Amino acid sequence: MRTTLNGMLAGVAFGAISASSALAEDLVIFWAEWDPANYLQELVNEYEEETGISVTVETTPWSDFQTKAFTEFNARGSAYDMIVGDSQWLGAASEGSHYVEMTDFFAKHGVADIMAPATVKYYAEYPGNSKRYWAIPAEGDAVGWSYRKDWFEDPAEMAAFKTKYGYDLAPPATWAQMTDIAEFFHRPDEDRYGIAIYTDNSYDAMVMGVENALFSYGAELGDFETYEVEGFVNSDKAVAALENYKKLYGFTPPGWAKTFFVENNQAITEGLVAMSMNYFAFFPALLNEATNPHAANTGFFANPAGPDGDQYAALGGQGISVIKYSENQEESMKFLEWFIKDETQKRWAELGGYTASAAVLESEEFRTATPYNEAFYQTMFKVKDFWAVPEFAELLTSANQRLYPFIIGDEGTAKETLGALAADWTATFKKYGRGQ
Amino acid sequence: MPSEVMIRLDPKSRAAAKGLNDLTIRNLFIIPTIVFLIVFNIFPLLYSLGYSFTDFRASTNAPANFVGLQNYRDLLNDPFIWKNFSITAKYVLISVTGQVIVGFGLAMLLNRSIPAKGLITTLMLLPMMLSMAVVGLFWKLLYDPNFGIINYFLGLGKFEWLADPDMALYAIAIVDIWMWAPFVMLLSLAGLSAVPKHLYEAAEIDRAGSFYTFFRITLPLVAPILMIAIIFRTMEAFKTFDLAYVLSSQPNTELIAIRLYKMAFQEWQTGMSSAFAYIVLIMVVAITNIYVKYLNKVKAR
Repeated sequence: MRTTLNGMLAGVAFGAISASSALAEDLVIFWAEWDPANYLQELVNEYEEETGISVTVETTPWSDFQTKAFTEFNARGSAYDMIVGDSQWLGAASEGSHYVEMTDFFAKHGVADIMAPATVKYYAEYPGNSKRYWAIPAEGDAVGWSYRKDWFEDPAEMAAFKTKYGYDLAPPATWAQMTDIAEFFHRPDEDRYGIAIYTDNSYDAMVMGVENALFSYGAELGDFETYEVEGFVNSDKAVAALENYKKLYGFTPPGWAKTFFVENNQAITEGLVAMSMNYFAFFPALLNEATNPHAANTGFFANPAGPDGDQYAALGGQGISVIKYSENQEESMKFLEWFIKDETQKRWAELGGYTASAAVLESEEFRTATPYNEAFYQTMFKVKDFWAVPEFAELLTSANQRLYPFIIGDEGTAKETLGALAADWTATFKKYGRGQ
Repeated sequence: MPSEVMIRLDPKSRAAAKGLNDLTIRNLFIIPTIVFLIVFNIFPLLYSLGYSFTDFRASTNAPANFVGLQNYRDLLNDPFIWKNFSITAKYVLISVTGQVIVGFGLAMLLNRSIPAKGLITTLMLLPMMLSMAVVGLFWKLLYDPNFGIINYFLGLGKFEWLADPDMALYAIAIVDIWMWAPFVMLLSLAGLSAVPKHLYEAAEIDRAGSFYTFFRITLPLVAPILMIAIIFRTMEAFKTFDLAYVLSSQPNTELIAIRLYKMAFQEWQTGMSSAFAYIVLIMVVAITNIYVKYLNKVKAR
């Protein structure tokens, strides 16, 4: 009996040793659960074929991605070697020293020249303009728009639109035109609605939506260097932008009060709306006949310009960072060297990933590969982002607390809402001693 | 006292043969539980009390600074937190009242000899056996304005149960009532069946009306067990998280548990959220105490 037991224990111990030595060669990348993560898994399988080192992309639903990632960081856990983290985490993760600094890596491999400037600025650099880098831009993303081509190109609709508004019905070039079109197609009796926008007030969903209006109207969230917000986020331009966003909410389908990327794609696949806001990352699903019965009739356009011709979009997307507590940092760096190669980036784009590589983005091949790549290319050179300071989640909470009651609950005015938000943000920055 | 209650170890048992006495066995059973309780309950409780006086953030490496009562002051001066509290109070009131009325009503209906009584009772208990998150997801579909079955049956067209800021909290309370009224029913049923039949016979002889019988016989005798149901449901409703979190993200449905979760695990304001958790704890203990006092009074009667 005893010998059997000893034998078993030895077996278990041997198994454990061989398992851990095998694990040392495996890299784990943590990301949220969505299509691009599947594309990344396909890409890294090719790395395994080349090098024999297996890479696993582990995912969790978006709703608890942030919580799970930071729980792991705070516990100094080594479960993940790399993470494809949100751009606004840079402050918290770098100041909390959860990420390995990549400034030397950037210098050695010229990453800043390989990737599109906006992606380097927002996915990698923290603090702003410090030339200190913490991530390799991986999945470029921004908010764009999909629309129903068949509705827009219907001769009867075109004639009726022209009579009513005095100009041709086409994908909108300005927010004013977009509002007209939303109003035009909003016909609750026919179960047709004007537009789908983000309204979910958890995390950054609705804030991203509002940012699209704000930035194109020429407003800013604040001064990213002095942390001044008064007169920025509540400027006249910002007030006009918020009013416009609220107006669009009036043309959304019923029950549109907690909506994010899933609902906004559904609005198109269910044939509910004429136009729908969403991240480019979710557009491949709209061209798939299996998931969208209107795939052949779905078109795309970049976020329209504001009244003064400014045209920007809210930034999504992420960069890959190496986690400080990983036991495979060296292997991870080698992987990233492979990842930034031109041919890898090209392959990444082919698989459905949104590359941040400037060379690939600018290539004719990429821009004509899908109906939305051109809009994506245009957008990636005019994106802006939310605050990336460590207390960004508190800033998001105040924004949600102030914006939601105005947009959905019809409480107060845009000026009061943004005035209160500016006061909240000023208080938060003061609390953390920023811009003093 | 405990030795009187405890059954002595049989000297011929295997345990006794191994040299164990009943005291050792008692300790073997109790000590792991106490250790578990101390490590996972008491220790974090005290540790977080310490944190509640600091500006600690678990997401950074910055050391925790002692800030005294600042966190408590900030929280109690935050109008949004007060809004969370008033929303929670409203929710507890609607939800628990609804559960008591529906649950007690069902118990009254079932407290008679009807065919398949056991089966009906079991079926009625099904909702409370489901997971909260699953119930939330199901009701989200039922409430959907575009294809939800509730609007279809009630002929409400595109009524927005969860998107309407005035309706959302009621909609969540309805789900909670649906789920937990059976619990109140079960306890009430136990209380009702314990009411001595001769009291009703005496009342009938005295020609007492049905209202009089209900308020003078049924209700007073069921009251203690109903109070226990109310205590349980109030505590649960007070800390409701999953149902409201899954169903709606309206500011008008942001219960304290949701705000606390966001503060602790999205904003990582560890010190502040510890203070918040203590405020909630004190409130729950206070409310429960009032109930228990009242329960004792009812029982004494």
